[in-house]
Amino acid sequence: MFASARIVEEVKVLNIVWLGLILLSVVFGIINGRIPQVVASVTESAKFAFELALGLAGIMALWLGIMRIAEEAGFVRALARRIQPLMRRLFPDVPEEHPAMGSMVMNIAANMLGLGNAATPFGLKAMNELETLNPIPGTASNAMCTFLAINTSSVQLIPTSAIAFLAAAGAAHPTDIVLTSIIATTFSSLAGIIAVKTLEKLPRYRLPQQEPPHGV
Amino acid sequence: MAFNHLTDSLSNGIFLAVIAGIPMIAAYKSVRVYEVFVDGAKEGFELAIKIVPYLVAMLVAIGMFRASGGFDIIFGWLGPTLEKIGVPPAVLPLALIRPFSGSASNGILADIIKNFGPDAFVSHLAATMIGSTETTFYVIAVYFGVARIRRTRHAIPAGLIADFVGIVASIMVCRLLL
Repeated sequence: MFASARIVEEVKVLNIVWLGLILLSVVFGIINGRIPQVVASVTESAKFAFELALGLAGIMALWLGIMRIAEEAGFVRALARRIQPLMRRLFPDVPEEHPAMGSMVMNIAANMLGLGNAATPFGLKAMNELETLNPIPGTASNAMCTFLAINTSSVQLIPTSAIAFLAAAGAAHPTDIVLTSIIATTFSSLAGIIAVKTLEKLPRYRLPQQEPPHGV
Repeated sequence: MAFNHLTDSLSNGIFLAVIAGIPMIAAYKSVRVYEVFVDGAKEGFELAIKIVPYLVAMLVAIGMFRASGGFDIIFGWLGPTLEKIGVPPAVLPLALIRPFSGSASNGILADIIKNFGPDAFVSHLAATMIGSTETTFYVIAVYFGVARIRRTRHAIPAGLIADFVGIVASIMVCRLLL
């Protein structure tokens, strides 16, 4: 209990961002004379959020079904073993045989292939499994933050939707952006991993029961 | 057009290889594919419903902010400074909205391509930016929602740093290569 009490004292970014967005919307709405639009957007967005989740349910069922087949056939473990040295360094708190490892591997693989549709179900399953390892429920663990940083930095090798936009508009060489995207994505992924590994050690973000410098 | 066809068939090919290839090889390894599929799929609905409250909270706040014209006001403040350090003004809205909304940033990309043409430098830069960054706040709301995380610690700063570096790297790489 005392562990979570100490975390409560910290600045909670999401609370500030959320409240800030709402308060600023009201202020800007008044300044811009757009209060009717702001009011309308509340109901619209709430409805859209549920529709989004509902649409996701079918896609999730599909990909989690495919993933279970891949697991049973031993693909996930084979893939996980291949990138194990990297995964072990990124997620030292996750046991190698834990199901979260397999889901994270599948998520990263799907992301790299540009299968965004598949990446989300694997990612959600991974988060759900990481939560079973979480010593402080309700507070993000180091593994969760690292996994999230990898996901938000976009590790995709083939930016399928961006290429599709250019191609649809009749670009002469829409695939020109593949190389630039791979290079930019490499930088953003490295930055995300370095940032997450550095920030987790700062007093402000450190987990309460964690001894500052830990050995092996 | 040949490239269009190429990328289309490439992504379709990857998709089909995964969706048909995995069950095929699994069946060869005598996995009972249908039963196993259904068993895995059961989890999908539960996970999707779990994220609803988090998704509502995030999308309502972002939706309100967009409707209030808040993004336009921020462009007004930041525009001149960013232009000075070499960010083309056309991609500024994209850089700012990217962490919040995937559909809005796709809309901006479509708009840039329409206004500048599909072969313009700005269009390729915008596409590269979309390809190398993510909708950080959406990912955080959904991923942390499923694990019922309310205290996000350093996830948001790290995600935003990754987005920022992705955008700066896109500008530099596109300048060098395109």
